[in-house]
Amino acid sequence: MSDRPADPWHILRRHTAARIALGRVGDGLPLAHLLDFQMAHARARDSVHMPLDFAALEREIAQATGLAVRTLRSAAPDRALYLQRPDLGRQLAEGEAAKLPPGPYEVVFVIGDGLSSRAVKDHAAATLRALQVRLAGWHIGPVILARQARVALADGIGAAMGAAMTVMLIGERPGLSSADSLGAYLTWGPRPGLQNSARNCVSNIRPEGLLPEAAAAKIAWLMNEARRLKLSGVALKDDVPEALPDNPPTPPPFLP
Amino acid sequence: MTITHSVGGTTYRFDSLAALLAKASPARSGDVLAGIAAASDEERVAARMALADLPLRRFLDEPLIPYETDEVTRLICDSHDQAAFAPVSSMTVGALRDWLLSDAAGTEELTALAPGLTPEIAAAVCKLMRNQDLIAVGRKCRVVTAFRSTIGLPGRLSVRLQPNHPTDDPAGIAASILDGLMYGCGDAVIGINPATDSPAAMTRLLHLIDEIRLRHDIPTQSCVLAHVTTAMAVMDQGAPVDLVFQSIAGTQATNDSFGITLAMLAEAREQALALKRGTVGRNVMYFETGQGSALSADAHHGLDQQTVEARAYAVARAFSPLLVNTVVGFIGPEYLYNGKQIIRAGLEDHFCGKLLGIPMGCDICYTNHAEADQDDMDTLLTLLGTAGVNFIMGVPGADDIMLNYQSTSFHDALYLRATLGLKPAPEFEAWLERMEIADAAGRIRPRLTGESGARLLLAAGGAA
Repeated sequence: MSDRPADPWHILRRHTAARIALGRVGDGLPLAHLLDFQMAHARARDSVHMPLDFAALEREIAQATGLAVRTLRSAAPDRALYLQRPDLGRQLAEGEAAKLPPGPYEVVFVIGDGLSSRAVKDHAAATLRALQVRLAGWHIGPVILARQARVALADGIGAAMGAAMTVMLIGERPGLSSADSLGAYLTWGPRPGLQNSARNCVSNIRPEGLLPEAAAAKIAWLMNEARRLKLSGVALKDDVPEALPDNPPTPPPFLP
Repeated sequence: MTITHSVGGTTYRFDSLAALLAKASPARSGDVLAGIAAASDEERVAARMALADLPLRRFLDEPLIPYETDEVTRLICDSHDQAAFAPVSSMTVGALRDWLLSDAAGTEELTALAPGLTPEIAAAVCKLMRNQDLIAVGRKCRVVTAFRSTIGLPGRLSVRLQPNHPTDDPAGIAASILDGLMYGCGDAVIGINPATDSPAAMTRLLHLIDEIRLRHDIPTQSCVLAHVTTAMAVMDQGAPVDLVFQSIAGTQATNDSFGITLAMLAEAREQALALKRGTVGRNVMYFETGQGSALSADAHHGLDQQTVEARAYAVARAFSPLLVNTVVGFIGPEYLYNGKQIIRAGLEDHFCGKLLGIPMGCDICYTNHAEADQDDMDTLLTLLGTAGVNFIMGVPGADDIMLNYQSTSFHDALYLRATLGLKPAPEFEAWLERMEIADAAGRIRPRLTGESGARLLLAAGGAA
């Protein structure tokens, strides 16, 4: 399938990643482009549905950071219910809260599978390690790995552990060309019932987007500001120094 | 007030009109999430049986959201046309369903009835109809609107050209516009979702489209889908605004969460009308809606998502829009889980919109975490084309690289027009012929030799 039919104006493709000038067979889409699309969709779906290997991730995070690691479950028992009941993904399953190590801590990192297990598998450890080296002197709690997790799951975890702040690393809703995008959500004073406007977000962490190193620099900057100002969200302006890449400060419309 | 229905020795009780509507609604994840869906399939059908026996008047007497606290309810009650309602005023919901399908209900009768129907009545009857009923009646309704092109005429299908780009790059957007035009799309509107909602960005994009439109004398309209307040600000500064866009919903609290009021929409419309930019018509508003938005904003008042959605159409109707677009699968699987639910919702929205007299189009779409794919979209596309949908989206390769979801493509539009024998808006059709983008038979087969308009279009766009 190396042949990619095109319209005579295919030169315009240099201006955009949009699927333009694809050519036609009659009125239909040429097969090569049809299959390209199906492959992109298949990758995105696999990112949503492939279970994350939590045992392997636990080992990887422990090795990369030297921090204690615990794995917990949200109240969503499986992917189908996770997708239909976001409220379940925001609470811990019964009995899980008792397994949380009590703090207080300055920050607790929570890593959730979210909507892309691939993003977490590929980028979570690298991002966390890059972040850790920028947080000298911080009192960091054990890392919590969470199955079938939504962003707000970290609120209850942080509150139970006495964390001044949580940073949730979570797989973002995959696009056709970004099946492995990781998001980081920073919340000062985590407690159940917080609105998304109380968080700051660094999104699109992946090789073709924001590299883990650059993301870590930005998250660390936001963490220091949040600790200094004792707040996060819309009131924490994202005036990151120019040298750092630009990114939206508050969560996008589709939170995992 | 409790409504009961007995069937086979079991008595089902429904605590309120809203609860009855919710339980009568075909299954969907959003109503389960809200905790208002029927507990069993039998309860769902029992609810429909109870609903079928309710007099339509009951919906006029019992507002689902109080008049005093919700301006959408006030709009619905205050604008209800008793004279138009008269022919069906003694009917039950079930009788209305049968009448809508009957020979007595032709296009003329349905047009006359529209102002007499409330969204709640439309939603109620919708729940008693199978997909084919929704298509059959939707097809009989006709809502024609115009600005520089005329949209919604029989035998026509228009397309919104959606040339989005993740950074609003002018060359990238222009490339997608050119591609769409060469595929015969763009007669509903050339509409960009901006990556940045600011007056400066909006003005820049408006000029970009306007220059292309003027240079090639394209009979269409432009829209940058920024917030209504942004549009008002740039109109003040003299920007070339054809259509004012806004997302709207069926409760005041949801509209609050969008940062809008009905008064604001009215003011924006007056502002756009004063610009007098339309040539063949004066419909200057473009609205988007979608089931689930009220629940998502925690502002649904216990109403099921299809009923709240229909109430958004009363908001739209008050401002004589050129286009109303239900973005049916965008919101995600917690509201519409799979292809079956998205297909049903798309048909419901089109039916209710047309029945209430608004120019309904549909963004036939899905996200990657929904249980849906292009086969499901083909099904809904074909069904909505059959139902006479006014317009659909045209996105390059069906892949919106800015909003990260999948819609319908330029190729999909060609398929639908060719398969169902549908033509573009008449003004745009003539333009396509003049430019030799369409051949003598009306098929999209651009002639790129000699001095054809199609070739000049490409040359001006830097591609020939």
